[in-house]
Parts: sequence; structure tokens; C-alpha cells
Amino acid sequence: MFIRHETIEKNVILMVVLTLITVSIGGLVQIIPLFTIESTIERVDGVRPYSPLEQMGRNIYVREGCYLCHSQQIRPFKDEVERYGPYSLAAESMYDRPFQWGSKRTGPDLARVGGRYSNDWHVAHLVSPRAVVPESVMPAYPFLAQRKLDYADIADHLKALRAVGTPYSDEMIANARADLVAQVNPDADPTALLKRYPRAVVGKFNGQSEAITELDALIAYLQMMGTLVRFGDLPPERLRQ
Amino acid sequence: MPTKIEKDVLSGQDTTGHEWDGIKELNTPLPTWWVYTFYVTIVFAVVYCALYPSWPWFTGHTQGLLGYSNRTELTRELDAQAKERAAFVDRIRAASLADIRKDPELFNFAMAGGRSAFQTNCMQCHGAGGAGNTGFPNLVDDDWLWGGNIDQIYATIQHGVRNADDNSRQSLMPRFGADGILTAPQVAAVTDYVLSLSGHGKATPEGAKIWQEQCVACHQADGKGNQELGAPNLTDGIWLYGGDRDSIYRSIFFARNGSMPAWGQRLDDATIKMLAVYVHSLGGGR
Repeated sequence: MFIRHETIEKNVILMVVLTLITVSIGGLVQIIPLFTIESTIERVDGVRPYSPLEQMGRNIYVREGCYLCHSQQIRPFKDEVERYGPYSLAAESMYDRPFQWGSKRTGPDLARVGGRYSNDWHVAHLVSPRAVVPESVMPAYPFLAQRKLDYADIADHLKALRAVGTPYSDEMIANARADLVAQVNPDADPTALLKRYPRAVVGKFNGQSEAITELDALIAYLQMMGTLVRFGDLPPERLRQ
Repeated sequence: MPTKIEKDVLSGQDTTGHEWDGIKELNTPLPTWWVYTFYVTIVFAVVYCALYPSWPWFTGHTQGLLGYSNRTELTRELDAQAKERAAFVDRIRAASLADIRKDPELFNFAMAGGRSAFQTNCMQCHGAGGAGNTGFPNLVDDDWLWGGNIDQIYATIQHGVRNADDNSRQSLMPRFGADGILTAPQVAAVTDYVLSLSGHGKATPEGAKIWQEQCVACHQADGKGNQELGAPNLTDGIWLYGGDRDSIYRSIFFARNGSMPAWGQRLDDATIKMLAVYVHSLGGGR
């Protein structure tokens, strides 16, 4: 025998090295194909990086821990598809860093919440959930409507995301502040914003305040969620993994 | 590597032959049931790997003999369900809203389907029973913003209110105070006039004058409103945004202009028809 049982068991370094090799084979067999299999991320049109305002809203979503009660993943089961809409695609989470799929549904799944309710409803509901849904157990977030959005460093957020692989262009980073302000101003011309971020929802999301609040950013994020891929035009074979 | 297998005197079992500082290890066999269960799991794994997608490779993965995919499976389930419901859904799609209401069988199906769709999509704003909320209309009473006959209800659900849909209900009340059309005292005066329309408080001649100049185009001279424009009836004491003086003042100063999504972009036509039948039957349908 090339390596004796006893030799391994009595030599800690050798045992650690051999253990690591054994464990990493198991890991690599599972992980490497995820990067190389072409069907993992479906080839669909429409998914784009988050607009600066949506990205700030997403940061608030992460900060408040929304994922602890709300999943963002509609599974391919009949009951879920009937309730929430088309099942989530891997492609739709392509620019999620970190992803917010969640693993628990105390509240409903939010993967397709975009466009489902009016901005006014989101304001009323986030400020006081039980004012609109009496049976809700969600905490209230009235402070989001008061707190001004701190977006001085928005360009840095986009740069950091670019460093880990999100394809923000130089133009997007240079215009980050302008795009953020434009998305929350219904009177501004949204052409440049929509060219960079197609299908972005423009509006004064929080009608209760003239300033740009954290609530504006969060609602902008919620209103785009799950709206980028047009499922009607998608042939089913494109979705087969 | 076992070196010296011995029989242990106390237990009668063999030792493994390993020895650490004089301590020896017994080689007690595993229980038979455990060993055979283990073999069964190995056989199961081999069969499973052959039948289902399992082993990844660099550019793809094995498809398995059954060709299973949970997405394909879902499509098949949904198709089967659609076929099951088709008997009714096709008739609902073909029938006019009035005919659905006349046919008891279709009406029952539409009520059940409408109720289920309402609980999924509508109750968050309009309440589980349809009684609405501040800013979200009550669907149980007979006070309608955009019309309460079944075709009008259908159109409102299909296209929504003040959204990006091409055929959505559109109208825009000016922000009389915020945009400087009226001064704060003028807004206060017309607030008193609006309150007097439903028999509360007393109107001043100034309020009446502003009412004539600014409000009658949509709300009509008698204040009964205009459903073509979604202009509410201000005489009936039903208030979407609150009927106290402060709320009405704010409604005139800032305007409200609530919106509703175009459900035609999310739900199929049969579901919207069933919803129209359900909402129409909640109590206020005309």
C-alpha cells in the first residue's frame, strides 16, 4: 500500500491536505459546471442593471432585512404561478449582488410585485401596513417617508458593483446622480434615463414629501421588480434549463 | 492497515488490528437492517441518476431517460388545468357580460372565479370584502367614480385608472393650492362650499363664486360629479379621502388623482370578465 492508514492518521498535516483534496473534488464537481453550463442563465431580453434610484432602493431593502419575510423567487409550481405570475428566471437575478431570493414567506413573494399596486398604495402600506391590509403582521416603516435619501455616493455604489461584474458603463456612472434625480421627477424629460435603463418607472413615488426620500427609492425598486422580461413573447424552449 | 487481528476476550468480537498507545478497537459489525438499507440507497441513486437529470458536465448535464424538467412539467400541468376549465372558460370568453349574468351556471362559475381572483389581486387595496379604504374606493356601495354598470366596471379593471395603459381612465384634478391657482383662503372658502353641498356647514358667496369658476366643469353645478371624468359626486357624503374639513381642504389644495393598475396587462380576458361579474354583484352594481 502506497500510503499506510497509520501514516495518515498519525500525520496531521498530511491528513489535512488529503481531506481538503477530497472535499474540494466534491465542491468543484458541483460548482464548476454552474459557471460553464450554458443553460444556467436563460437567454432572455430586457434584464438590465438597476437604475441608480432602484439600486438605492435595493440598498434600503437589504438594510431593512425585507428578505427575512419576503422571498423573491417564484418557484415553477402551479399554485405559485397562479398566484404570483410567471416563475422567476435565473436571468432576472443576474445583477443581484447580493441576491434577495430569501427562504421564508411570512409575507408574500415580491418577485413580480412591480406595477401590481399604485405608488399611493405602497406609501400608505409602508407607512402603516394595517391601514390598508388589516390582517397584515408587517412592521410599519413610517420613517422611510421622512428620511431624506442620501445619494451623494451613488456613483461609488455603481463603481463598486462594476468591480464585481455588473456592466455599468462609464456613461451610466458619470450620469448616476442626474439619472437618480430624473427618475423621481415626473416633470423632467426621461429620454436619457430610459435609454440607459429601459422600462424604468418614473414618478414622484412618495407624494407626501417634496424631497427625495428613502421611500421614493424603495418604491422605485418595488415598482420595477419582475417587470423587465416580457413573458408573452418568450418561446418556452428558451426557458428550458 | 490491519496488522494483528485478535479476538477480544470480554466481548468475543474481533479487533480491527489498530492500536494506539496500547488501546485497541473492536470491529463490531453494523446491524444488518442498516447495511441493507445502505445498499438500497445506492441502488436508488443509480436508478435515479439514469432516469432524471443529474450529472453536470462542463457545458451541460445528463438529461435522464425520462426527459424530466420541472419547467416542462409545469407547462403540462397548466395545460391540463386549462383544458379542465375550458368548458366554462371558453363560454365565458365568448359570452357578453350581460349573458354571463343571465346564465345561472356561467354566473356561478364566474362568481367563484372572480372571487378567487379578487382575493389574490384586488383585496390589498379594496379590502377582503371590497369595502375599500381611505384612497381606495369602496366597491360594495352604489357610489361609483367611473361608472357602476358592468361594462364600465369591466373597462376600469381592464385598463385601470391614470396609468400608462393607452386606454386607461384619465383625468387630472389641478393642484389648486400647491400650483398657485387659488390662494389658501380661497381654498378654504371653496372647502366650505363643498362641505355645504352635503349639508355640512355654511357656504360663503366667495366660495360659491370660486366653485362656479373652477369646479363645475367636472363636478357639475349641482356637485353630483361626472363619471365620464371620474369626478366624484360631492353631495352624497361619501368621501374617498376623508370628509372632515381638513381632508377636503387637502384634497383641493394638493389634489389626489389616485391610480389603479391596468389588469388587462396581467390577467387574461376571462378572469377580468369574472372579476367584473363579481365586483358588480358586491352590492352596488347598476
